[in-house]
Amino acid sequence: MRSSDAIIIGGGTNGLACATRLAASGRRVTVLEAAPTMGGGACTVEFAPGYRVSGLAHLVMNLDPRVMQGMDLARHGLGFAVTNLATTALSATGDHLALAGPFGAQINGLPETERAAWAALRLRLLAFASVLAPFNAMTPPRIARGAGNDYLRLAKLGLGVRALGKEDFREFLRMILINVADVLEDDLADDRLRGALAFDTTLGAWLGPRSPNSLILLLNRLAGAQGQLSVPRGGMGAVAGAMASAAMAAGVNLRCGARVARVLVTRDAASGVMLHTGEELHAPLVISAINPRVTFQRLVGAQHLDAGFFTRTAHIRSRGGAAKLHLALTGTPDFRGADAISRLVIAPSVRGVEDAFNAVKYGEVPEAPVMEIILPSAHEPGMAPEGCHTLSAIVQFAPHAPADPDAARAQMLENTLRQMEVHAPGLRALIHHAELLMPCDIAARYGMEGGNWHHGEMAVEQMLFLRPLPGAAQYATPLPGLWLAGAGSHPGGGISGAAGWNAAERIIKVQA
Amino acid sequence: MNHYHTPLRQTPFHPRTAALNRLNQWGAWAGYTTALTYDDATMEYTAIRNGASLYDLCPMVKYRIQGPGAADYLNRLTIRNAAKLTPGGVHYTVWCDDAGLVLDDGTLFRHAADDYMLCCQERHLPWLLDSAVGYDVQVREITEELAALSLQGPCAATVLHAAGFDMSKLKPFRIARFGFEGGEIIISRTGFTGDLGYEIWVAPAQALPLWDSLMLAGAPWGIRPVGTNALNLARIEAGFIITNMDFIPADQAVREDRARSPFELALDWMIDWDKGHFTGRRALLAEAAKGSTWALVGLDIEGNVSAEGSLIYHNRKTEVGHITAATWSPATKRNIAIAQIRRPYHAGDTLWVEVYALRELQYAKLMLRARVTKRPFFAPARRRATPPGAF
Repeated sequence: MRSSDAIIIGGGTNGLACATRLAASGRRVTVLEAAPTMGGGACTVEFAPGYRVSGLAHLVMNLDPRVMQGMDLARHGLGFAVTNLATTALSATGDHLALAGPFGAQINGLPETERAAWAALRLRLLAFASVLAPFNAMTPPRIARGAGNDYLRLAKLGLGVRALGKEDFREFLRMILINVADVLEDDLADDRLRGALAFDTTLGAWLGPRSPNSLILLLNRLAGAQGQLSVPRGGMGAVAGAMASAAMAAGVNLRCGARVARVLVTRDAASGVMLHTGEELHAPLVISAINPRVTFQRLVGAQHLDAGFFTRTAHIRSRGGAAKLHLALTGTPDFRGADAISRLVIAPSVRGVEDAFNAVKYGEVPEAPVMEIILPSAHEPGMAPEGCHTLSAIVQFAPHAPADPDAARAQMLENTLRQMEVHAPGLRALIHHAELLMPCDIAARYGMEGGNWHHGEMAVEQMLFLRPLPGAAQYATPLPGLWLAGAGSHPGGGISGAAGWNAAERIIKVQA
Repeated sequence: MNHYHTPLRQTPFHPRTAALNRLNQWGAWAGYTTALTYDDATMEYTAIRNGASLYDLCPMVKYRIQGPGAADYLNRLTIRNAAKLTPGGVHYTVWCDDAGLVLDDGTLFRHAADDYMLCCQERHLPWLLDSAVGYDVQVREITEELAALSLQGPCAATVLHAAGFDMSKLKPFRIARFGFEGGEIIISRTGFTGDLGYEIWVAPAQALPLWDSLMLAGAPWGIRPVGTNALNLARIEAGFIITNMDFIPADQAVREDRARSPFELALDWMIDWDKGHFTGRRALLAEAAKGSTWALVGLDIEGNVSAEGSLIYHNRKTEVGHITAATWSPATKRNIAIAQIRRPYHAGDTLWVEVYALRELQYAKLMLRARVTKRPFFAPARRRATPPGAF
């Protein structure tokens, strides 16, 4: 019996965005989420009594405007505690560099030459990011004849790139596949600024600033909202809550605690799913908004896929290098006078970021991790008991498959806290409770293969029409009726909903 | 001796084949050196068709596929239904890549419910292992663990009988097991000549005693070792194709338009659409709906000049294909060929073959009429008779 027109596996931001868009097209949609609540990586958790924090992602920077408006998230309760969050590049001596406005629009305390160099580089990067941004809101083109590409739109975007002008276009071609370290060292001199930019570039990636093609990740980061960072009121769970509310309002049937065991196949087409309980749900459209590798390797299985394709799905690279730290503090930490409301970045230099990455190449914990810290309790009340603070940090790099996970976690926590203590003397004395999620913990808790937050590494060889892999990069998969809609697909991760929205648009177009 | 001193290996039969190779003509086959002609290719061919012949089959690449998931694995790997093959049986089969383009053809032996052997021309272990993920099977190459001889010709059964192996009940494409010298040999009624014949599979240690026993038992029927040249003539008459001679395996093809689908090699009759998914199925389904580019056909060409490698024209003008194998056929007294022809020209009666005939160091260009004809070109009833005739 058909339960709905479409079943969506995974109630993360992409699953919810896809569901709502499809429901708006008149389809009856069911979303199945394994966890007790919707949201996936967008969640707010109480990790210690009275201490609340965004459980994984903790900043919004590329929430798709189509999702924001199309789902009317503001009406469904999404508000922001802070918009246009400033960044402080911390110095161990207190000589911080404050970056205000989107992507460091205003920086005080730089010599005039450096300020000018930064202004020029910033404008160039933002310009490059804006010509790339429209690609994120469309199905990636396919290199094949008769692939159904939107050539008119592609031609317009191509013209947009060309319209950069001769000098900028040449710079664009020079820089598009370059590594960020070279760019920073060519154009800038200030180590704090270079370190912070190198950190932002590699945040959530499994590569270092000197790894080939790293700059494109910075451009991708800027493509969202030109580098604007926001803190949702109530943490990331509020984003998920608003999206779930919007989905329900659109008529989507949401089911939590429903873990899919496999995709059902009838006459060579996806026909539904079987849950872990053995319950079967049927629909002619099955859309996986979870990890693509898991989707193909475990939910579909070899017997329904060609050997070459199936082998390649096992090779989708999905190593996570980011650990998530939550601290329950009994007082106010002092990062040597830094603005506690701003995003605090500990990344002393390009070399500092690269060294932190070097360790994980060999499965080891870095001596001096680099990190991004926010104090959610400084942004809004209710995130920590009165007079106390919650600290949320993304710490890099953490080995994704250490030989001894428990020892690695303990070492990572120690090295991270030591690094923090240098920048905020006395911080350790304030710790009431600490929770560190290593990539393997994140994998287990959020179903993210290898602990990679994007369900597949963001790297040039896994982007656009190569994401998650050729043959499934336009949201359709080789198995008729099975589609992808998660962060593993173009344009990738972040609290965005873009991949889910794109997938829904594609499905509506193809099935029209 | 280091391997680079012996770029070609010797088969377990080498002591015998080397002693008999009076012309000292050798060719490379899958990393082994094998006899092309022992003393007279025509007489060797005649032994295949009129007496009994022995061919060293050791270089044939062999894989053992075992486990509870073997039938399911092979059904996903190959286009034919391996589950329908009963234990003790053999069938011809093909496997494709994701695009439905042929990787290789071969013979699949089912020794037991969960024990198969796949024989083919090229090496495919990485592909076979990749395909095994998700199946409860073990796949390993056993080429060096099994020596093989092909005993072909109208007197093949009689020779085996004289050697102590009763073939009266063994039907085509079936397997029988016999004790031999304290071990076991496997005899399958299979071959590559389109004639009555058998293939005998034996442990390498027993290779020479087996050879000696068959040569001794076959002497009254004029048994003789045959080389690849004679076998090639017989296989063309039988209409069989060879990988890398009549088609390029998809994983080796460099040029985009060189690989061929089962439809384009006239092997689509093997496809079992109802057995469930197999690699290439969706691409082949799309091709079936859309139509194929190439066709593989048998040709009957006027005259007696072999058309090997020739180009084929529609109405003497438009190039529409090429010949992949050709010979004057002694058995049918026809000038035959296997050809790849662009559709739809394979179906019309407008084909001409441009042959460059070398006559005393000077080429003569001939434009010869060619007619599509059914394969096999030569198919004597004796190849299938059970019990086999007493010749």
